[in-house]
Amino acid sequence: MSFLIYLINGLSLGSIYAIIALGYTMVYGIAKMLNFAHGDFIMVGCYVIFTICSTLSGNTLVGILAAIVLCTLLGITTEKVAYKPLRGAASPLAVLITAIGVSYFLENLALLIFGADIKSFSSVVSWSGLSFAGGELKIQGVTIVTILSSIVILIVLQLFIHKTKEGQAMLAVAEDKGAAMLMGINVNKTITLTFAIGSALAAVAGALLCSAYPSLSPYLGAMPGIKAFVAAVFGGIGSIPGAMIGGLVLGIVEILSRTYISSQLADAIVFGILIVVLLVKPTGLLGKVIQEKV
Amino acid sequence: MSFLNVENLSVNYGVINALKGISFHVDKGEIVALIGANGAGKTTTLHTLSGLLKPESGTITYKDKNITHLPGHKTVALGMAQVPEGRRVFADMTVLQNLKMGAYTRNDADEFQSTLEMVYKRFPRLEERKDQVAGTLSGGEQQMLAMGRALMSHPDIILMDEPSMGLSPIFVNEIFSIIEDVNKDGVTVLLVEQNAKKALTIADRAYVLETGSIVKEGNAADLLNDESIKKAYLGE
Repeated sequence: MSFLIYLINGLSLGSIYAIIALGYTMVYGIAKMLNFAHGDFIMVGCYVIFTICSTLSGNTLVGILAAIVLCTLLGITTEKVAYKPLRGAASPLAVLITAIGVSYFLENLALLIFGADIKSFSSVVSWSGLSFAGGELKIQGVTIVTILSSIVILIVLQLFIHKTKEGQAMLAVAEDKGAAMLMGINVNKTITLTFAIGSALAAVAGALLCSAYPSLSPYLGAMPGIKAFVAAVFGGIGSIPGAMIGGLVLGIVEILSRTYISSQLADAIVFGILIVVLLVKPTGLLGKVIQEKV
Repeated sequence: MSFLNVENLSVNYGVINALKGISFHVDKGEIVALIGANGAGKTTTLHTLSGLLKPESGTITYKDKNITHLPGHKTVALGMAQVPEGRRVFADMTVLQNLKMGAYTRNDADEFQSTLEMVYKRFPRLEERKDQVAGTLSGGEQQMLAMGRALMSHPDIILMDEPSMGLSPIFVNEIFSIIEDVNKDGVTVLLVEQNAKKALTIADRAYVLETGSIVKEGNAADLLNDESIKKAYLGE
């Protein structure tokens, strides 16, 4: 029975990684850049909810919506101010380093505003959860909400990409920016939309993450950000189902190895698996081979 | 004023002066060929017309509108479509999805359906393979898809970049006869080709581009018999 609980907890943590990884993978697929500040967008989302709900004792739903709106605006602004001017840069490293810079900027901004002391976050899910097998198997409300959220997000995202014109434009831009432009697609706008969606997802992930792990610090987004990046690479960066699978696998492996092997070694095992997968299949689980254009 | 008028166009590619103030025009209903060797600036010309490249100086006028600095995604809506070099179909999408992308600027569902039928009539093979992923088509089929995709936007002028490249002789003949048919239906064609002989055979007029400058222009039939052209481009 306890194995089942750990598995469900892993699934829940994996769902959070997956939601974050979706942002990474979409931005990479479409803008061809790694937004290393993505994890810090989560942190911004958490502090927005914390400020509205705990400091101003506002409504939880208002807090979450405000976090989504602010993170979306933050994503759009960051892209416009920091990344777009570098899109034509000679080296792709320029925008990568800028992303790391944005990450430090956001962390230190949070440090300046909220201070370094760890704040306690009150869960956005007030439901206590479900009990099975006469109380032996108890699943927390936040766990269930997290898993359901990730499923809903994946379905909505897939429908958006495959059924709407904007979604199809995203796929076209992901494949060939020049050809997409020749179709009349506004490439800049499509990239902005991608950042907006990715950042909104970061806010959702933040709300769920801090509800499960309720301590707030300016660096809280860094580690989940990196793990989600690993999940995206593991699943095949650029692939949306890949990010989902990568996130879930990562979450489950992390929780199970923390429980059954060693809590210190858990992260090492996670990264070890990534290395093995990349050695065997360099494009990740669902990634496709990128053909060199002649 | 001509349908499409290019005046003194200069374009730089980094430090390379790819186009050195070229001027040419295309009249409505014509097929105009732009011929020249590799690196002469043919593709640069088309990319600048479509707005993918920004010119250093000069003006491009299309339907009496100055489109010199129009961004790339806006030229399609004005009726200018490009069939890019190397086809550049969306390889992961199906044939039908590619055609839908071609109609991206069009919002009328009925019009989309009738245009699609028109394209399928012209390229029956595309209808047969409409659910096939474009990357699995042969080179000739991909060229047809690229042309069909461009036609989906209802263009008044099509810019064709090296449509014969990498195709078998049978496909080359087929593609060129389709270009003529499209033109007969009222679409103006600006054709960039290395296969000068083929291009001059179907074109009304032509310009010869050499390292970023136009060195010769005239009726296609006259150029076909021009001794220096024969020697340099027709291999005779």
